Amino acid sequence: MENFVIEMLDIRKEFPGIVANNNITLQVKQGEIHALLGENGAGKSTLMNVLFGLYQPEKGEIRVKGKKVNITDPNVANDLGIGMVHQHFMLVDTFTVTQNIILGNEPRKFGMIDMKRAEKEVLELSERYGLKVDPQAKISDISVGMQQRVEILKTLYRGAEVLILDEPTAVLTPQEIKELITIMKSLIKEGISIILITHKLKEIMEVCDRCTVIRKGEGIGTVNVSETNPNELASLMVGREVNFKTEKKQAEPKHAVLSITDLRVHDARNVPMVKGLNLEVKAGEIVGIAGVDGNGQSELIEAITGLRASEAGRIMLNEKDITNLTPRKVTQSGVSHIPQDRHKFGLVLDFPIGENMVLQTYYQQPFAKGGVLSFKNVYQHARTLIQEYDVRTPSEYTKARALSGGNQQKAIIAREVDRSPDLIIAAQPTRGLDVGAIEFIHNKLIEERDKGKAVLLVSFELDEIMNLSDKIAVMFDGDIVATVEPGEINEQELGLLMAGSKKEKVGGE
Amino acid sequence: MLSTRMINLIVPIISVVLGLLAGAIIMLIFGYNPIAGYIALWNGAFGNVYFFGETIRQITPYILTGLAVAFAFRSGLFNIGAEGQVIVGWLASVWVGASIQAPTIIHLPLTIIAAALAGALWGFLPGLLKAKRGVHEVIITIMMNYIALHVANYLIRNVLTDKSDSTAPIENTASLASEWLMEITGYSRMHYGILIALFAAVIMWFLLEKTTIGYELRAVGYNQHASNYAGMNVGKNIILAMMISGGFAGLAGAMEGLGTFGYMSANSSFTNLGFDGIAVALLGGNTALGSVIAAFLFGILKIGALNMPTSAGVPSELVEIDIALIIYFVASSYIIRWTLLRFFKKEEK
Ligand SMILES: Nc1ncnc2c1ncn2[C@@H]1O[C@H](COP(=O)(O)OP(=O)(O)OP(=O)(O)O)[C@@H](O)[C@H]1O
Ligand SMILES: [Mg+2]
Repeated sequence: MENFVIEMLDIRKEFPGIVANNNITLQVKQGEIHALLGENGAGKSTLMNVLFGLYQPEKGEIRVKGKKVNITDPNVANDLGIGMVHQHFMLVDTFTVTQNIILGNEPRKFGMIDMKRAEKEVLELSERYGLKVDPQAKISDISVGMQQRVEILKTLYRGAEVLILDEPTAVLTPQEIKELITIMKSLIKEGISIILITHKLKEIMEVCDRCTVIRKGEGIGTVNVSETNPNELASLMVGREVNFKTEKKQAEPKHAVLSITDLRVHDARNVPMVKGLNLEVKAGEIVGIAGVDGNGQSELIEAITGLRASEAGRIMLNEKDITNLTPRKVTQSGVSHIPQDRHKFGLVLDFPIGENMVLQTYYQQPFAKGGVLSFKNVYQHARTLIQEYDVRTPSEYTKARALSGGNQQKAIIAREVDRSPDLIIAAQPTRGLDVGAIEFIHNKLIEERDKGKAVLLVSFELDEIMNLSDKIAVMFDGDIVATVEPGEINEQELGLLMAGSKKEKVGGE
Repeated sequence: MLSTRMINLIVPIISVVLGLLAGAIIMLIFGYNPIAGYIALWNGAFGNVYFFGETIRQITPYILTGLAVAFAFRSGLFNIGAEGQVIVGWLASVWVGASIQAPTIIHLPLTIIAAALAGALWGFLPGLLKAKRGVHEVIITIMMNYIALHVANYLIRNVLTDKSDSTAPIENTASLASEWLMEITGYSRMHYGILIALFAAVIMWFLLEKTTIGYELRAVGYNQHASNYAGMNVGKNIILAMMISGGFAGLAGAMEGLGTFGYMSANSSFTNLGFDGIAVALLGGNTALGSVIAAFLFGILKIGALNMPTSAGVPSELVEIDIALIIYFVASSYIIRWTLLRFFKKEEK
């Protein structure tokens, strides 16, 4: 008999109006990295929450090291050596790294927390597994990648032998992903088993031993990664063939929609982040901004959309000055914005998904008349969008919070594209989406381009930039350092430009 | 599985029952008969028409302060300042009620509007400071309570009267009192204000749930970043929420000024109507209908309890402990909710 650490047999979990998991079987071998693959809303997070004791299954059996167990809450999971890093982190922002790690398991001395010992233990742990952190840093001061390490350390500190990572790479930059992969490899050397949820097939091919696929809540099967390829995985999970390379016609750029001159923007701490930037996006083209996170991309977007005041320079939309207008005015001038942080900016999580679909337009006809909302029209509109964009939700009255991460993203994209603006600003639009949904969103953006809209794309995914853009603007240290066409450059060269190598501008400008 | 709706209904009921039980235990410990005590409480609230009228009178301002706190809460704000807003509302109503001569149809609305505006002004300041400077509204509203109390006392003694401790009675044209209501309730102080309070509840529900203004206020209450992103003016909405909340509390003051008393006295301590409003809103789940129901419960407890010392011999100190216990259990309803959920989760398997 095989040596399984975790066995989930015939698991079924229902939510009101939806079966999230039905007859799913997942068996994880000791010391392997086991991928869990499925479309947005397929039920991956739900299945892992069942394993972690956050949800109780309606049916099915869970075995840990061959023994049948009853995981009634996360404490039981901890005691069984199961640790989980959630899709959205659960850290106390105002606490230090150490405080977060020991929270709930504090080492004590005379009834008081022994901080010295705690910090020593954290440091030991971080050295042993190669997870570098600063034990005394505050969570709010460290990068997302660092926060993720803290989450992993938190589970290791509690003695986890099985680690669940729910879409850990969705929020990371390519560099951070590389580091995480190294960390995972060193973890399995130490005998830890990992269940990895990811939509990036490349990552599965690179680090995983086996992969279990679920589709619409149903278990499809488990394959050995060495015997499969990305295309097969994709079609297993979606149930049809998927195109990785988006087909598109040659762009036909027309008049300039967005033109930015000498823009200067400071961040919240008043540090200059955008330093005299010039940029133009024409109707009928997709301009992709490539760059390493933190080179001023966020500040640039915030300045265009009115979320942040710019210090100097001019932003013109269709020859109209929109510099430092309020977000409402910018929106009304014809700008849509798919924000990078969907929980912070994109959604009111406690509103029903239907009400989230009119977040900018609730006061306009037909959604309101004389200041009174017409819920009939609001929800009618939501039903249309949910259909058209294949947002998987039990109903339009479901709170946005209850949707799977990818479906929240699809809802935002539906809302922003549907407003039919002149300019669409898409920041990491496919973050956390499955390959099918990515294909769909890419086609949507291209469709909008072909309708004569201008699209400004910001992404840390070089694939996405190369695939989608008609023109690539490389951003480094607050300025556009090069403008190239995707055909005349490869990923290596692009990577060099993004790292700030002052290579001669490639191609003509 | 229990639906959220059911839980929202069951939790307050359990809270109240537990509170009553705990109160009973306290009475037993001190050698009083809890059954006699609670019968006295019931009779004290509904035993005859007079008590009934008094209970309704007490419920009236509770509804309004409950609405005030609930409204702010739904907009993401904690208005501890309802107390001060009640005081300035009361003062404004009495001031306008006594100093102007006009027919009822003009005078009465004018006094009521004055009270609402005074309360709104008292809410405006904390709202402004929160919106522009990020000062936490809890701190400012607590300070505003003391300012209201002492400013009102000063005005009563030095401006409205010549060193007297209470103002002149309001004109009849500004009064909410009703000969008819008093007569059928055995000359209790019940007045028409209950209609205003119930109407205010309808307004709150409509404003919050049905209008674009309410949509914005709720959005800002849940997520300021997303609201800002969506083009809403977050600061404006914070100020507006505090003003509307203050307006409701100001109306509660008018109920006392124009209905119950017809004048205002200099006070050495707070009325507690505003503070009790926090408990009313909490028990009512911060909804309009919930606040009305919770206000009924509080009014019944408050008036009914007055009868416990005389009818059941329970000392009034113990009665206060009893009421405090009920509030305690209401405030800890979170724990009850949690236990319920856990219990049913286990059952499910
Ligand atoms: N708490 C909840 N209440 C109601 N429905 C829920 C809840 N959590 C998840 N669901 C529903 O269950 C289904 C599965 O969601 P889940 O989060 O497991 O998907 P997922 O596979 O993790 O997707 P993604 O890749 O987008 O994160 C979805 O249809 C979702 O709407
Ligand atoms: Mg998920």
